[in-house]
Amino acid sequence: MSEILGLKAKLGLDVFKHDSEPHIRIKAGMEKDPRLKKAVLVCPAGLYSLNDAGEVEFTIDGCLECGTCRLACGTEVLDWNYPTGGAGVQFRFG
Amino acid sequence: MEKFDVIVVGGGLAGLAAAYTLAQEDLEVLVLERGDYSGAKNVTGGRLYLNPVRDLFPDLWKKAPLERFIAHEEVAMMAEKRSVTIRYSGEELRQEPYQSYSVLRAKFDRWLAKQAERKGAMLVAKSRVDEVIIENGQVVGVRAGGDELHADVVIACDGALSLVAEQAGLRQPGNPHDFAVGFKEIIELDPAVIEDRFGLEGNEGAARLYMGEVTRGKFGGGFLYTNKESLSLGIVVGIKDLMDGSPQVQAPQLLDDLKQRPEVASLIRGGQTVEYSAHVIPEGGLKALTKLYGNGILVAGDAAGFSMNIGVTVRGMEYALASGYYAAQAVLKAREAGQYTANQLSVYELLLKDSFVMKDFQNFKDAPTALDNPRFFTVYPEMVTTMMSELYAVDDGPKERIYPTIKKHLTIREMWDMLGDFRKVRKL
Repeated sequence: MSEILGLKAKLGLDVFKHDSEPHIRIKAGMEKDPRLKKAVLVCPAGLYSLNDAGEVEFTIDGCLECGTCRLACGTEVLDWNYPTGGAGVQFRFG
Repeated sequence: MEKFDVIVVGGGLAGLAAAYTLAQEDLEVLVLERGDYSGAKNVTGGRLYLNPVRDLFPDLWKKAPLERFIAHEEVAMMAEKRSVTIRYSGEELRQEPYQSYSVLRAKFDRWLAKQAERKGAMLVAKSRVDEVIIENGQVVGVRAGGDELHADVVIACDGALSLVAEQAGLRQPGNPHDFAVGFKEIIELDPAVIEDRFGLEGNEGAARLYMGEVTRGKFGGGFLYTNKESLSLGIVVGIKDLMDGSPQVQAPQLLDDLKQRPEVASLIRGGQTVEYSAHVIPEGGLKALTKLYGNGILVAGDAAGFSMNIGVTVRGMEYALASGYYAAQAVLKAREAGQYTANQLSVYELLLKDSFVMKDFQNFKDAPTALDNPRFFTVYPEMVTTMMSELYAVDDGPKERIYPTIKKHLTIREMWDMLGDFRKVRKL
């Protein structure tokens, strides 16, 4: 079988180009918003995780730009845009 | 400030179909694509059904970089420890013109972009549209990377979230209930191994769907398509179900579990995963379509919600290509009339209503509700596989009679529930 890679290794196979700033941000004061916890379940890249304090932590590295978190959490919670032109994931197969 | 006849936002299938069609009629078309190249941000499961769009672009298909034509269809009902598979092979699937092909978007879209450029469309990659320019209620252009670009009409083909249509006031951010998320791995394998494992001759391909336990009973399923030198293996699952549903599961886990199922593991053995991708899919059907036109703007493809899941087939790319084509036709008519008001551009909706696009959406308007039934993904796979297990079982001692075995599972109560489920499915 094609191995089970773990998400980090899987995302490591993709081509990413650096952006000058993160294209998704948790809005200030929304770190503990319950809607944010949904992102932990839905993000296919596993970029959202719960820390010991019960807060959602987020990293932009490995974002596949699918938009699932925007739909699940909503625009009141997330400042969401696509990366600047030419930045972010560049699929070679798609 | 530069002025074009048409600005297309997004160089995917809808955008390129529109640009190709317009450039063919000698309009000045600018396509803005945020990726390094067309297809860089695009993902399909995926397969493309050619018949509905073949005649819209008669010159395109001969040289198109498609993967394999699908000659074998399979759907598996998966319970936790067992599965039942239906396999369909038909002569018509092996006859030209082939009905559907597996496809890889980075390759296909890049090629299609070249065809549009050959017709005279101007394609600018690495360009994200930041803002829609609206003057006196009329969309007159866009801002992208500091440039102000004007056009008679803007066609929003910027994908399932369409921030452009949102800015133009044609849609809301969207309800998770109306969308699914798909994610997949590309697994490289030697073509000869693929052909052996799937029983394929030459350029034949196979499509496999997995439903039930693969999504933990949530709305969706797994898929596997054979490409020329790789497999596309992935999961599609309703976002609302992922958010709320019990059992709780993190999306990526579903694909890892699918890979370990014996039914799948033997097919991907020795393969090398080379890419992991994800994409949102509109699945809300007719009622979730966005407004299709406004003053100086049209919306096509995923941006408009043109993608549809009716269980055995999940389709989006043909609707993208066709809606792009009809958006272009609407622009040509508006150009003749010399105005680009919402009223004039509404001809786009009429053209779509006359085509397979809106006819499909109308005919299958109840599909989202009929299929949004957890029993299809839990009760049925469990029941069918358990029945099979008992029918095949030979234990020590005498074997149970067959009829009582079936009857044990198909109680009056169960049959009554089934009747209820299938009454809804009749609307499909």
